[in-house]
Amino acid sequence: MISQLSWKIGGQQGEGVESTDRIFSTALNRLGYYLYGYRHFSSRIKGGHTNNKIRISTHPIRAISDDLDILVAFDQESIDLNAKELRSGGVIVADAKFNPTIPDGIDARLFAVPITAMAEELGTSLMKNMVASGASWALLGLPLEVFNKAVEEEFGRKGAAIVEKNIEAVKRGAEFVLEQAGGPLDEFKLEPADGKQKLFMIGNEAIGLGSIAAGCRLMSAYPITPASEIMEYLIKKLPKFGGTVVQTEDEIAAVTMAIGANYAGVRTMTASAGPGLALMMEAIGLAGMTETPLVIVNTQRGGPSTGLPTKQEQSDLNAMVYGTHGEIPKIVIAPATIEDCFYDTLESFNLAEQYQVPVILMTDLQLSLGKQSCEPLDYSKIDIKRGKLVTDVPALEGQSLFKRYEFTEDGVSPRVLPGEKGGLHHVTGVEHDEVGRPSENSVNRRQMMDKRLNKLNDMYIRDAVRADAPHENPDLLIIGMGSTGGTIDQARQTLAGEGVATNHVTIRQIHPFPTKLLKPYLQNAKKVIVIENNATAQLASQIKMNAGFAEKIESLLKYDGNPFLPSDVHKACKELIKDGHVQRV
Amino acid sequence: MATFKEFRNNVKPNWCPGCGDFSIQAAIQRAAANVGLEPEQLAVVSGIGCSGRISGYINAYGFHGIHGRALPIAQGVKLANRELTVIASGGDGDGFAIGMGHTVHAIRRNLNLTYIVMDNQIYGLTKGQTSPRSAEGFKTKSTPEGSIESTLSPLEIAMSAGATFVAQSFSSDLKQLTSLIEQGIKHEGFSLINVFSPCVTFNKINTYDWFKENIVNLEQFPDYDPTNRVAAMNKIMETNGMLTGLIYQNTARKSYEDLVAGFKQEGLAKQNVKITQDEFDKLVAEFK
Repeated sequence: MISQLSWKIGGQQGEGVESTDRIFSTALNRLGYYLYGYRHFSSRIKGGHTNNKIRISTHPIRAISDDLDILVAFDQESIDLNAKELRSGGVIVADAKFNPTIPDGIDARLFAVPITAMAEELGTSLMKNMVASGASWALLGLPLEVFNKAVEEEFGRKGAAIVEKNIEAVKRGAEFVLEQAGGPLDEFKLEPADGKQKLFMIGNEAIGLGSIAAGCRLMSAYPITPASEIMEYLIKKLPKFGGTVVQTEDEIAAVTMAIGANYAGVRTMTASAGPGLALMMEAIGLAGMTETPLVIVNTQRGGPSTGLPTKQEQSDLNAMVYGTHGEIPKIVIAPATIEDCFYDTLESFNLAEQYQVPVILMTDLQLSLGKQSCEPLDYSKIDIKRGKLVTDVPALEGQSLFKRYEFTEDGVSPRVLPGEKGGLHHVTGVEHDEVGRPSENSVNRRQMMDKRLNKLNDMYIRDAVRADAPHENPDLLIIGMGSTGGTIDQARQTLAGEGVATNHVTIRQIHPFPTKLLKPYLQNAKKVIVIENNATAQLASQIKMNAGFAEKIESLLKYDGNPFLPSDVHKACKELIKDGHVQRV
Repeated sequence: MATFKEFRNNVKPNWCPGCGDFSIQAAIQRAAANVGLEPEQLAVVSGIGCSGRISGYINAYGFHGIHGRALPIAQGVKLANRELTVIASGGDGDGFAIGMGHTVHAIRRNLNLTYIVMDNQIYGLTKGQTSPRSAEGFKTKSTPEGSIESTLSPLEIAMSAGATFVAQSFSSDLKQLTSLIEQGIKHEGFSLINVFSPCVTFNKINTYDWFKENIVNLEQFPDYDPTNRVAAMNKIMETNGMLTGLIYQNTARKSYEDLVAGFKQEGLAKQNVKITQDEFDKLVAEFK
């Protein structure tokens, strides 16, 4: 019995790859397995090769695997492109219709199942995904009832007849392949899972859920890959909570509408990716200058310009840290797990109001779109903190105004919402005095700049620097951010087996940089490797600039559009230990 | 009840003496009092430019944003608290050049707010460059040989974008302007009021006298029906956009707020947003 395996389905975009994957993984989730998904897709709707890979495990995993056990292929291209990932003795389940062949040099077993023919027999070739998934499910020897339940849920709204036909398709695919194989394959027999059902979701959904829990009731956004799922989730849910999503004419409208709504008292967010973030820059400065709370989600994808819009990258770091003209306080938070996506969203909304600053919640494509198991989310952690928001303020005397920008010890001023009788004040992106009136007075200017810029002194988010540091003086300290943590941990296991002692630090507070918290880990390590999906070592630069230790910091960079594989990380770490430096992936 | 004096503050505008914007400021203050508002019930959101300073010159909640973005900010304010009266304001550069995309879409969206454009056909704060509203041949610092681009007609654009309230006025006609702003505030949807506001410093062509000679007041046409869309469009074209008064109003179309599913009358900002354990469990159950 094995504790984990990898399954992939490939075909033309629009051919049912997504739905097959959805049903297959939902059924596995019901059985309590830990799952981690990866979507390979292109910036087009129909046609073009696409594939979804799921890693299935009895224990928590947060990385795609280097290899593959089972490949389900709707066309020869899917075999040709993906067979090289198959481990020796792996299995291909393919449609007999295209006379599938195994490429030279690949040691795999091929089951040619009349997928299209069986589906057509049942009335429509649309059901070929059910035949295919039924066949691959059967090879694993997993209970068919659980699978059928997932099918029922997928097609239930289309009526009992459709459900029945799909279940029949699953059955035929299963029976055919079992007969060919002589029963389920022993080498793919998974140990039973713990039976505890996890949540199964993408990062964008966790962010959407987190925002509702955080009291966010408005979202203004412009569609973009890979952020759109957040607005799509919220437009389904927010009306039930009295709120709504506005699809704006562009990202500038999205962010400024969010600023207006936050100013008027509703927690409002926007979400985008690099191109949209670039358009929001001036407005981020407005939020900083007017001390208006604001939450922006940036789901990073391949840049620059349109770049690789459906591929993994972590290259907006500098844009998020430095973006906007002039100098403002700003918080940039990088969730590293699916659970973080939820809890960090809660925290982002609190921080935005407590410090009256823009907060950027940065994910990357793999974290935003990779569907994965999520531990139960804790309702008791929902605690809406609105900072110095005041109500029922005393009436104003004569022509006086409320001191919305009052100088205070911590730099955060009391905030009132429009509508409050005693709260009249002015808000402007022009430098202003304590009541918000424009002022060019140089003394006031210095005081106001200091007030704003010192607000975030010693501000640390939950787990600003998350460390798994079992060694006092590790051979290697591996530093990453975002979705790469699981991959790093898997490489570390291999390294540990080879006698290399590693510590792992995930930087979750990207800005203001948590120098004080990070330094001890850098100090104690013999060598440091910073792993990031970009070409210019943006995270490593932040570390060197803020914390020093440049002489012992090396980088592993990957910017070909694909997430790191555990083997990438392992190889680079070995090289670093052996040669003292790292080749780029 | 507040009088227009309560909407005044002690800030001296940095507009040039004789600027048309002073009258618009006064008209907003009067209209706000006339419709029975208290200062705290009014939010004035403005863009950047000479006219953008208006939000600081009215005793109400004021938000002076960034260039061209008064409308999305104002829409955010309104969505967050529909109980507030929201006026967005700015110049012709703000609304019809850098912010034109937002203007068209704010009109389409039809939130219940009033947009007052202080149209002086020139860029004043940057000291005299051409605007989308400048006439062809108009010589400015940026068009020394005269503007070679056609003049934008905001009224026609508003009509074609599905506007539910389109009006135009002249800053010298305080009575008409005040009345139009009152009507705009009362209109249940987006109201566009374009106001000719002469720039006495940089625009020596479109002067007070020039406007007086060229304006056509709709009061001259007793049979004019502002609910007739075709007639409105014709009248705009016939007068080359130089007409003043209420040009078009459609009261049948509901405001955005009234069309959003589940949107309550109570301002969203006042509602309790903490979800219950039961609501949370239901949301989470979808991911099992």
